[in-house]
Amino acid sequence: MPLPPLESPQWKNRFRAFAWGMSAVGTTVLALVLFATYLGIGALAHDTHFSLGWALASTLLIWAGPAQIILISTLGSGATVVQAAVAVTLSAIRLFPMVVSVLPMLRTPQTKRRHLILATHFIAVTLWVECYRLLPRVPRGSRIAFVHGLGCGLVIVCMIATTLGYQLAANLPPLFAAAILMLTPLAFLLSTARNCKEISDVLALVLGLALYPVVAMFHTGVDVLISGMAAGSIAYGVHRWRRRSA
Amino acid sequence: MSGFIGDWHALLILVVAGFLPNEVWRWAGLWFGSGVDEGSEVLVWVRAVATAILAGVISQILVQPPGALATVPELLRYGAVAAGFAAFMLARRSTFAGVACGEIVLLAGKWWLG
Repeated sequence: MPLPPLESPQWKNRFRAFAWGMSAVGTTVLALVLFATYLGIGALAHDTHFSLGWALASTLLIWAGPAQIILISTLGSGATVVQAAVAVTLSAIRLFPMVVSVLPMLRTPQTKRRHLILATHFIAVTLWVECYRLLPRVPRGSRIAFVHGLGCGLVIVCMIATTLGYQLAANLPPLFAAAILMLTPLAFLLSTARNCKEISDVLALVLGLALYPVVAMFHTGVDVLISGMAAGSIAYGVHRWRRRSA
Repeated sequence: MSGFIGDWHALLILVVAGFLPNEVWRWAGLWFGSGVDEGSEVLVWVRAVATAILAGVISQILVQPPGALATVPELLRYGAVAAGFAAFMLARRSTFAGVACGEIVLLAGKWWLG
């Protein structure tokens, strides 16, 4: 469904703006990738013995695919709550710059901080990308309602995918269950590769993939953290060194 | 409720190790956001570490696969990812093409191996 023109008086109606935001979910290819990812997360939660309700609560409360995968896979492989919390915290730092860059697009001079709390919760990589694409076509005063609709729509899609993935992993023959679990690494690898803009991003991705198996041989319990910090810092170092020598 | 979500302990773990670690950064963005330059060097480092942690998790799922994925031989798992990545590059960075190709290779390989 196409959005009405910016000057249309229909935008004044908040419910309409919300509904347009929700229907915008159907216009993005990323919703498909998200669906595939959450199928994988549902299946992962099932295979690591979490309950379906817990998996759904994690989708609703965390609303960040990588964090959910890190939480489920670290807890599932026997890490302590503290180790899992540290790994998730580090992975979540990337939400900070996303929030910082999206919120100025939503603000009007009348906007109070509390008006932005729900929209802030919805910010993760998909919403961040879609805001850049869609918000220029939404009048500023209606953007918060629009983003609430978009966020709710994406959450609903992912809750359905989480449930489906969980049920499928429980009932499918191992061949298809394996295929659903494979969606997670594939979708994350490729969507991350797609977002790589600078040499530091590419290096971080490649080194991060390669270093983990090496660090995992030491069985520290925080292998993902160590390899991630090391690979990310090396990538950043190369970025600095190239900038200085350029 | 306890049957559906698990016990209160599981829910507490979700809040402490999942919800709060994420929400803290979102709230920080909401409170202090206006003061941070989007192109600052700290954010370049943060993004690199976050990307590398995610890469480590992808690697972990492939090297030490959970559940049913463990029934797929090692080489087939790596082969499927490599095929998916090749398709992704050939199809002008289409995530969908890459995921579809990787899945097809996995399914075909597993079926062929029996």
